[in-house]
Amino acid sequence: MRRYVAIWFRHLKTDWMVRRQPELKGIPFVMAAPAHGRMMIKAANAAAQAKGIDVGMVVADCRAIFPSLQVFDDKPGLTEKLLNALAEWCLRYTPVVAVEQPDVLILEVSGCPHLWGGEQPYLKDIIAKLGGFGYDVRVAIADTIGTAWAVSHYGKVSPIVERCGQLEALLPLPPAALRLDATILERLKKLGLYQIQDFIKMPRKALRRRFGDAILTRLDQALGQEYEAISPVHPVEPCQERLPSLEPIRTATGIEIALRQLLEKLCQRLAKEEKGLRKCVFKCYRIDGIVKQIEIGTNRPSRNVTHLFKLFELKIATIEPALGIEVFTIEAPVVEDISAVQDALWNFTEGGNGTAIGELLDRIAGKLGMNSIHRYLPDEHYWPERSVKLATSLTEKPQTSWRTDLPRPIHLLPTPEIIEVTVPMPDYPPMLFRYKGEVHNVSKADGPERIEQEWWLQHGLYRDYYSIEDTQGARYWLFRAGSYEHGDPEWFIHGFFA
Amino acid sequence: MQAAKQDIIQQLQKDVLSMQRLKKISGQSLNTGLWEVEKAFPDQTFPLGAVHEFISHTKETAAATNGFMAGLISQLVKKGTTVWVSNKRTIFPPALHVFGIEPERVIFIDLWRQKDVLWAIEEALKCEAVSAVVGELSELSFTESRRLQLAVEQSRVTGFIHRYNPKSENITACISRWKIKPLASEANEIPGMGFPRWDVQLLKVRNGKPGTWQIEWSGGQFRHIARQVVTITEIQKRKAG
Repeated sequence: MRRYVAIWFRHLKTDWMVRRQPELKGIPFVMAAPAHGRMMIKAANAAAQAKGIDVGMVVADCRAIFPSLQVFDDKPGLTEKLLNALAEWCLRYTPVVAVEQPDVLILEVSGCPHLWGGEQPYLKDIIAKLGGFGYDVRVAIADTIGTAWAVSHYGKVSPIVERCGQLEALLPLPPAALRLDATILERLKKLGLYQIQDFIKMPRKALRRRFGDAILTRLDQALGQEYEAISPVHPVEPCQERLPSLEPIRTATGIEIALRQLLEKLCQRLAKEEKGLRKCVFKCYRIDGIVKQIEIGTNRPSRNVTHLFKLFELKIATIEPALGIEVFTIEAPVVEDISAVQDALWNFTEGGNGTAIGELLDRIAGKLGMNSIHRYLPDEHYWPERSVKLATSLTEKPQTSWRTDLPRPIHLLPTPEIIEVTVPMPDYPPMLFRYKGEVHNVSKADGPERIEQEWWLQHGLYRDYYSIEDTQGARYWLFRAGSYEHGDPEWFIHGFFA
Repeated sequence: MQAAKQDIIQQLQKDVLSMQRLKKISGQSLNTGLWEVEKAFPDQTFPLGAVHEFISHTKETAAATNGFMAGLISQLVKKGTTVWVSNKRTIFPPALHVFGIEPERVIFIDLWRQKDVLWAIEEALKCEAVSAVVGELSELSFTESRRLQLAVEQSRVTGFIHRYNPKSENITACISRWKIKPLASEANEIPGMGFPRWDVQLLKVRNGKPGTWQIEWSGGQFRHIARQVVTITEIQKRKAG
């Protein structure tokens, strides 16, 4: 049989503010954020609530009620951060702690309370410890998450719900204790159903018809007839290593030695966890309190000390040791799994030298920037400029095969350049053309190959491509934009054949 | 006596080559259709694991040079990754397929500064996992080319340096110097353009004999063409004159 504890932080954010600024204790204050051009209250402390100020009101209205009200800016994402931190702290009570937005922690405590000498001392300890931090909490323990939640919020008798005593505990509570939507609560209120006992005995069919499935699910969850899953928090252990030095380090050699030692430690750990790093930060804490840091990134997850060291080596010169460095740390903020499958994907070379190439590209990207490296895959477009696309990763395989049935030049000009031509007849290849002041007499020609505009991408004239060889033997790719039907079309040179 | 002398000379030649770190890569039969060209090299083998230099002056010859280089890469180094470092790249990847290179196996590194290009070429040449490195740039000093040669001696990667429009054709430490010019393709019965055909000039080669050949790329390999004494245009000129 499972037991759950629900911890409700009644004034999570304001309690946190008081913890940071103790002088605020007992003073009515709120935290507000702009919404629809007004400042809406997101959190109010107990003193403010006593004055009738509550969440969801407008600051201007509240100032009318209580002029000396203090208003602080609400920080977005603060609740999640606080709750996650508190959840990790609560791991001392049980290994399974989950966060339930906006202000509740759910602890699965099966088999834990007896270590504290029973459920009552257990709950007392939780309240006392969290209360010591300044958090105003209400707790309840029950067989189900739903009941624990309900009793922690609305329970008036005892926070401990006996085994299988969910029904009795729930009966006198208001429907809001079931974690229902505001619309359903409103409807229940209109019908005069102020307590759970008013409707719990009603036929399920009638409840479903009037209030939907949600109410039945919540009831079942609270009574333990339906299992409710929680997603417990897993504290992440940062990939970090630290190296204090006996005497301040001032030389590049010293920094290199420290870096190598740290990298070895880090890579040993990564090897144990079967991971590789994608990003790595090396920090040097100087005597004068300034932190110098260098950062590297890799194309593929790596835990190769020599390779990572080489990447860092390019940047070591930027560290200014000044009076000396006393502590070095290395941190891998982004790590990824290295799996055997991933190595197999990169089988360009028979020997599976993908890692070596990846490391080469890391060095190039580290020094000259990632956007200097390009790899191309075929794209399904006829328009020459769009017939290739950039590969997003080094392991990406072509989805379609390369087209080889049509002539394509080995050199393609980034933008077609205008030329002057002499054409014997419309739709015939030119007799001669002038490009950059030089006249080329055409001896052989292929074409035309008509390529239409891809109208869903851009509008314009179609192109009639001709492969041309001049009397010198040089080969060109020319095209005419549009036809002779509508005036004199322009001719362009677009590439050179080998 | 004569035969013994010949043997000694051959042995000495081999020793010289090995001292120059131009080891023949054993067990490699290159059916490239380049046998005429290969005769020009020491040991009758196209030297891999060395840096070759190509020079072009016009856009047309640059395209022809890149085509010839692509053909060489596909014939000589077969499978593997090619790194193509350039400062002003105009290569259109799908066309490499014609010359037997799978375009997705080419990693292009596009840079602006000459210094960066050289650094990238050197790094790529040092990486043993790469099978060929192409470097496109205009200037290459002797010292710089020496660095590349040293990198290659360690890693046995083949390097191709394509110098487009250099200020001067200075001496470099590269093993060979080539110039490729496009030639009029042969019009068979079918009208239109034929297979790409080049005038291949080997201007310099260490321990070999320079020469000129006419080579065509057809059916996925090089084909040697019997030397035409005079080109068509010259005949026409003579008639006119």
